[in-house]
Amino acid sequence: MIEFHLDARSGMAPYQQVVQQVRHALRLGLLVVGDQLPTVKEAATSLTINPNTVSKAYKELELLGLVAARPGIGIFVTATLSNDSLAAHGPLRQSLQRWVTQARRAGLDDESIDALYKECLRSSAAEDVA
Amino acid sequence: MTAVIEANGLGKRYGHKWALSECTLAIPDGKVVGLVGPNGAGKTTLLHLSVGLLQPSAGSISVLGGRPGTTATQLARVGFVAQDTPTRAGFSIADHLRFGRWMNPNFDAKLAEERIESLGLDLRQKAGKLSGGQRAQLALTLAMAKRPELLVLDEPVASLDPLARREFLQGVIAVVADSGTSVILSSHLVADLERVCDYLVVVVNSRVQVAGEIDELLASHHRLTGPRHERAALPRDQQLVNESHTDRQSTIVVRTNDPILDPAWTVEQLDLEDLVLAYMTGAAAQDRRPKLGVHS
Amino acid sequence: MIRLALREFRTEGIVGFALLIALGVLLLVTGIHVVNVNDAFQIACRKAHSCSSTPNPVLTVENPLQHALPLIAMVAPALIGIFIGAPLIAREVETGIFRLSWTQSVTLRRWLAVKLGVVGLASMVIGGLLMWMVDWWLSPIDAVNMNRFGLSSFGYHGVAPIGYAAFAFALGATAGALLRRTVPAMGATLAGFVGARLAVTYWIRPNFASPLYETVPLPINEGGVSFAPGATEAFSPPGVSVSNGWVYSTEAVNKAGHAPTAHYLLNACPAFFNQAPQPPPTGRKSTAGNTGVTLFNNCVDKLSRTIHTLVAYQPGSRFWPFQWAEMGVFLAAAVALCGLTYWWLRRQYA
Repeated sequence: MIEFHLDARSGMAPYQQVVQQVRHALRLGLLVVGDQLPTVKEAATSLTINPNTVSKAYKELELLGLVAARPGIGIFVTATLSNDSLAAHGPLRQSLQRWVTQARRAGLDDESIDALYKECLRSSAAEDVA
Repeated sequence: MTAVIEANGLGKRYGHKWALSECTLAIPDGKVVGLVGPNGAGKTTLLHLSVGLLQPSAGSISVLGGRPGTTATQLARVGFVAQDTPTRAGFSIADHLRFGRWMNPNFDAKLAEERIESLGLDLRQKAGKLSGGQRAQLALTLAMAKRPELLVLDEPVASLDPLARREFLQGVIAVVADSGTSVILSSHLVADLERVCDYLVVVVNSRVQVAGEIDELLASHHRLTGPRHERAALPRDQQLVNESHTDRQSTIVVRTNDPILDPAWTVEQLDLEDLVLAYMTGAAAQDRRPKLGVHS
Repeated sequence: MIRLALREFRTEGIVGFALLIALGVLLLVTGIHVVNVNDAFQIACRKAHSCSSTPNPVLTVENPLQHALPLIAMVAPALIGIFIGAPLIAREVETGIFRLSWTQSVTLRRWLAVKLGVVGLASMVIGGLLMWMVDWWLSPIDAVNMNRFGLSSFGYHGVAPIGYAAFAFALGATAGALLRRTVPAMGATLAGFVGARLAVTYWIRPNFASPLYETVPLPINEGGVSFAPGATEAFSPPGVSVSNGWVYSTEAVNKAGHAPTAHYLLNACPAFFNQAPQPPPTGRKSTAGNTGVTLFNNCVDKLSRTIHTLVAYQPGSRFWPFQWAEMGVFLAAAVALCGLTYWWLRRQYA
């Protein structure tokens, strides 16, 4: 069962964080079709947030077609986010891990690594367009 | 929409001093309402008026459609936890539950016992020997075991350590999740309210400064920074909440549902704490302002 | 709610009844002795036909209880007011626990009615039982003294003490509600109770019924008349006792019903009243010298032809009506105080 957490300083509304965490879990394969999400009560109490916030998040996930409510039983995952689960890209992950280690050894901190990565992403997208 | 608390020009006076004045509210049901304001602003007065521990000096208040405190039925529908959670020091926890059963026909003793057990409390322990957090949990148990439609909590976590505070709020959330009970809780700590509440009432200087759904309030309040402006330069449908000026710069907080078109301003969103602070400082600076309406 | 009131009263109730039982045992044990002494005397004096001339030894039993009990009986209702009445509401308000008690599914009116009713009743029971025990212990002595209607002994006989207990309790509760703190409420209760008892004893009880009047001759050679020679105003006839009755006053009056004037007294006994002031003779043989006593006795003899003693009193037969009236006054005051408490609490809190 997935466990949620809340980042009070992220600037993202709590319900959006919950949605994002479910999507992230789906991408990583931590949640698969048929898994049950925590009940509204469980999620709200563990996060110490208003149950309506959790309901709102679950409703959005429902609208996205990712989950469905089975009345009286709970909320269940009905779809994954992409056909290729990230777990399948073992070699890609390993080379990325190596690159991160290299970058760290070169003295880059997390912020610089992130900036570098984003710039590459952007420029490659620009190249694709061009 | 049925209002869970409805007040019209409500006021309470002690001698010449008004502890609360011209309070007009229509709080919808099914919400967790945060009542926030500085100490002595009138929060406790408002809550006591809503449970029948005080009589209005002016105006009226109706809770769940009835006058607070008047009949046994009315009293049964509202659960109250007072500030500092008073309990009888000489009574054990079990005595308190018995007290609850004897005084409330709707008292769910089984629910109360289960909750006490799940909290790890000993029924035979005397209430005077409990920690602040444990007493708060006992008081909450007594209030919710009545199965009320409205829970009124007066600064329940003010003197609790962070863990006790979290556990108390979790208890409240569990009740809301289970039974859709309306809750109104007061605090002078905004951070607590931000996570748990979806409706906010700000009381400063014995007056309600603003009340509304938190999402709507956050969407409609903006901080504007720009070169020094005079007050008269604001468009009419923007309500000024607070302003501060240096010799070069003006910073104002406004409430408006329309987009802000003046390019001279840099517009920023506020978080809840900033919003409350804006009202607290604004109220201190300004005199009589137009009554802010209620948004449901 | 009744169960709750009893549970909250548990400590005081246990202490109260424990004290009552302890005192009861003590009184039973010592009282039986008094009864035995009396019974033995009655049997002996009837045989010797000397009942009216021989003093009853119960009067000299010398048990310290004989003096302590009237005191206990006076004090007990005040203690009830202070320790049971005053904390009843004061503690609720002082500790803030009223915010819990008055937001349950019981209206303030019902809460107050049950609290006052249950605990008030318990107070009356405790007060009543205590008085009954004291009365039983003192009854052989009272039968001899025949003064149960007297100013102070009236207060620990009959049913009036039940009224005192109820009133003291209600006074305590009201003081607690108005003053909101237990200790000041205790003080106010004590002061108020003492004041009320004094006021009723001296100003109200005498007016329950008009007194009866009777004239009695001045006693000659029996002493008891007192003069202060040279001070002709101080002419007091002896006290007259009415068996089990209550004497308001005795005064010397002439046939027309007026007190003798200084002028008249001087004319009647010039030799006596013109003497230099001396310690007032009691009329009995004294070491002051025979001349003083002879002059005194001659004077009294002369005066008694025109001067008599006028006694204002309540007869013994009115004892019980007075008891019921006194109890009624205090019960009515208790009820009024309860009403005041309710009105005040409503105004303040609910």
